Amino acid sequence: MFKGMTLGQYYQTDSALHRLDPRVKLVATFVYIISLFVVDSFAGYAFAGLFLFALIRLSHVPFRYMVRGLRGILFLLLITMAFNLFLTPGEALVKFWIFTITKEGLSFAVKMAIRLIFLIMGSSIMTLTTTPNQLTDALESLLSPLKKIHVPVHEISMMMSIALRFIPILMEETDKIEKAQLARGADFESKNLVKKVKSLVPLLVPLFIGAFRRANDLAMAMEARCYRGGEGRTKMKPLIYHGNDYQAYAVLTVYLLCCAAIRIVL
Amino acid sequence: MGLKLENVSYKYEQGTAMEVAALDNVSVEIPDGQFIGLIGHTGSGKSTFVQMLNGLLRATQGHVYYDGEDIDGENFDRKGLRANVGLVFQYPEHQLFETDVVADVMFGPRNLGLSEEECRARALEALNAVGMPERFYEQSPFDLSGGQKRRAAIAGVLAMHPKVLVLDEPTAGLDPKGRDEILELISAMHRERRMTILLVSHSMEDVARYVDRIMVMNHGKLIFDDAPRGVFAHYRELEEIGLAAPQMTYIMQYLKEKGMPVRTDVLTVEEAAAEILQYV
Amino acid sequence: MIKALHLIHDYIKRDEEGNPQGTIRAVDDVSLDVKPGEFVAILGHNGSGKSTFAKHINALLYPTEGTVWVDGMDTNDDAHLWEIRQEAGMIFQNPDNQIIGQVVEEDVGFGPENMGVPTKEIWERVEESLKAVGMWEYRKKSPNRLSGGQKQRVSIAGVIAMHPKCIVMDEPTAMLDPSGRKEVIRAARALNDVEKITILLITHYMEEAIYADRIFVMDAGKVAMQGTPREVFSRVEELRALHLDVPQVTLLAHELRRAGLAIPEGILTKEELAEALLLRNGE
Repeated sequence: MFKGMTLGQYYQTDSALHRLDPRVKLVATFVYIISLFVVDSFAGYAFAGLFLFALIRLSHVPFRYMVRGLRGILFLLLITMAFNLFLTPGEALVKFWIFTITKEGLSFAVKMAIRLIFLIMGSSIMTLTTTPNQLTDALESLLSPLKKIHVPVHEISMMMSIALRFIPILMEETDKIEKAQLARGADFESKNLVKKVKSLVPLLVPLFIGAFRRANDLAMAMEARCYRGGEGRTKMKPLIYHGNDYQAYAVLTVYLLCCAAIRIVL
Repeated sequence: MGLKLENVSYKYEQGTAMEVAALDNVSVEIPDGQFIGLIGHTGSGKSTFVQMLNGLLRATQGHVYYDGEDIDGENFDRKGLRANVGLVFQYPEHQLFETDVVADVMFGPRNLGLSEEECRARALEALNAVGMPERFYEQSPFDLSGGQKRRAAIAGVLAMHPKVLVLDEPTAGLDPKGRDEILELISAMHRERRMTILLVSHSMEDVARYVDRIMVMNHGKLIFDDAPRGVFAHYRELEEIGLAAPQMTYIMQYLKEKGMPVRTDVLTVEEAAAEILQYV
Repeated sequence: MIKALHLIHDYIKRDEEGNPQGTIRAVDDVSLDVKPGEFVAILGHNGSGKSTFAKHINALLYPTEGTVWVDGMDTNDDAHLWEIRQEAGMIFQNPDNQIIGQVVEEDVGFGPENMGVPTKEIWERVEESLKAVGMWEYRKKSPNRLSGGQKQRVSIAGVIAMHPKCIVMDEPTAMLDPSGRKEVIRAARALNDVEKITILLITHYMEEAIYADRIFVMDAGKVAMQGTPREVFSRVEELRALHLDVPQVTLLAHELRRAGLAIPEGILTKEELAEALLLRNGE
C-alpha cells in the first residue's frame, strides 16, 4: 500500500550537509523556498538550479535517488502544468478542438513546474541529510521562544518524534492486516465507493486498536525510564553552532542577496 | 491433488539495486492430507513461501498449481483459492475486528457470497471445531485471552472450509498450556478432517512431535525436505543456519559420546526414555 | 534489594459505562525477598499475576494492600518515585513498543536525558551500555532494521545506561525466535555475572529459568512454589498440574525414574543425566 515512498527519507552517509546543524538546514530550506518566489525569470531559476545542484553534490546523496523520489509527485506536477497550460489567457500558439495553448500559458506552466520540482528537491535535501530526530530538535530549539507564551514546545516535538518512529511500524502493520483480511476473502479493490469505504473497516479497526495498545505500552515504557516532561531534562545531542554553521549562514545570506539582485536587475 | 510449486522464485523490488530474492527457484509438491512442518529462521523466506500458496504474492518466476491448475492462469478462480487454501497469520490481533466473536468468524464466509444463515451456520460450526466455549460467542474478540484469540482467528479461516490450512507460528507468545491446546487442536483437525496442514514453527520439539514431513528453508531455498528423523539427522547443518534439532537429539548424542550405545535419532522424551531403558 | 510483604493488587472491573462493577484480584498476598546480586526467575502461565507483580517494583502500579520496598524505599512513597524507577529498570515484552529513539544510540540516551545527566556523561554511559550488550556496532542504525533479539538488547542497554541496581524483565523473550531468545538470556546472565546487577526474569520458558539462583512459581496471584531450580523442577507433577513445562532433560530423567531407574530428581543438564546414568551402570 505504501511501497516505494522514498521521497524525503533520511539517506545515511557522511557529508558536509549531514554534519550541519539541523537548525541551519531548517532555516536554509525556508530561505530557499522564499527565493523561488523572489526570482521570477529563467535566469533566476537557472541560478537557483545551480545552487540546488551544488547542494546535491555536497550532500553525497546520489542524484538518481533524488530523481526517483520525484516520481511520487509526477501526477501532481502534470495536473498543475495542464491547468496552467490550457487555462492561461493570452497570445495563442497552438489550437486544437476546445484547447488553446498560449505563449503566456506555456511560460507560466514551465515556471510552475520548475518551481515545484526545485521546491520538492530543496526540501528533500533537508530531510535526506537530517534525521527526523534532529529535525524535531531543531524545531524545538527554533520555537523555544514560544514557551514564554505557554506553547508546549517540548511536548509537541516529542510527539512528532514518536510519530515519526512509529510510522514505518504502523505501515508494516497495515500491510500485514491487509494480507490477513485478503486471506479471508476481503476485497479492497471494489470500484463502488460505498463498498470501498466499507471494506476499509476490517483494515482500520485492527490498526487503531493496535495503535492504542502500542501507545499504552510506550507510555508505560517511557515512565519506567523516568520520563517526566521537558523539565530538568538534559540533551545527549545538544545543538551547538560551529564554524561551518556560521559559514553556511553566510553563504545563505549571499545567495538570498543574489536572488534579490537578479529580481531587480532583470 | 494438492499444491505444486514449479521453479518458483519471488523477488522483492525487482529490477532495482535493492532486489532481494525471498524465494529462489523452489520446486515442491504438497499432496492432500499431509501434515507438514515448515522451519527456518526469521527472514529465511518461509513467510513468502506461505503467501505464495494462496496467491497473496505472485511468483516473479515459475508456476504454482492448485489441483493441477496454474493459479496465475487466466480463468483461475483466485477467490476460490483463498477459500481452499486457508492462511492463518501469526497475530490474531491483525484480523479480529468485529463487535462479537461470531460476527468476526462470519466475515470470511460473507466474502464468499454465502447467505446469512449459511454464514452463521458455518461460523458456529467452526467455533465449535476450535473448542471455543459458547459463553464467548457474543463477546468482543478483543476481550479474549491470547489463546482464545488464536482460536477465534483459526475459526475465522476454518469457516471458509479450506482443504489446506496454513498456520504461521500459531503458538508464538502463548504459555505452555495455550501452546499445547492449540497444537492438539491443529493435530485433531488433521486426523479427523483429513485436512492438509502446513505448520510454520520455530519450535523443533513441537514440529518433531506432530508432523509427518519437515521442510527447512534458508536464504529462500528449500534445503531439506524429509521425514523428521531424516531432517534432524542433519542437526549440525541445521545449527550452521541458526536452527537446531530437538533437545532430545543432543541429549542422546551426548550420552553416546559418553559411551552409552543409544540411538541418536529419537525425537521425543518418551522415545528417549524407552531407548535408554534398553541399555541400563 | 526487592522486598514484598503481603502484597495484594486488585484491578477494578468496569462495565461499559465505566462504572466499577467489582474487583479482580491479580496478586494475592505475595511475600518475597530478593537479595542484591541474585538472579531470580518468576514462572507462571498467562494471567497468573506475574506481570502485575513486576509492575509494582517499578512503581508503575501501587499495592492495594501490603508493601513493596525497592532498596529499602517504599514504592508508595512519592518522594522516592524517580529514585525507584532509576534503580529498578524494566524491560517489557514487545521490543517495538519500548524503543523511543529513532537511532539506537539516541534510544539508549533517553533514560539518562530524563535523569538530567550531563551531556558528556550520557555519551560515556551510552557507550558502556551498548558495549555491555554487544550492540556497539549498531549504534547508528535505526531500530526498525534490527532483529527482535537485537531490539531487546538495545532496550536492555537503555536500562543499563540509567545505572540501575536491579532489572525486571517482563517476558522479554515471548515475541522472539529461538536465536533472539538466546541472545537476550545471554545478555541478562552476563549483566548478573559481571556487573552484579540483580535480575528478576519473568518468563514461561523453563529452559531460561534453569540458570536462576531461585525460582518463584506463581499461580492465581499467589506464590505456588519456590526454591532453587533443582528443587522446583524436581516437582514435575506439581508443575504439570499448574500447566507449566519442565526442561526436557528434567522430564526425561523423571520418566526414567518413574520406570524404576534409581537416579536423582531435579536433573537440569545433559551432563548431569549422563553422570547419573553412568554412575548407575558402573555399580
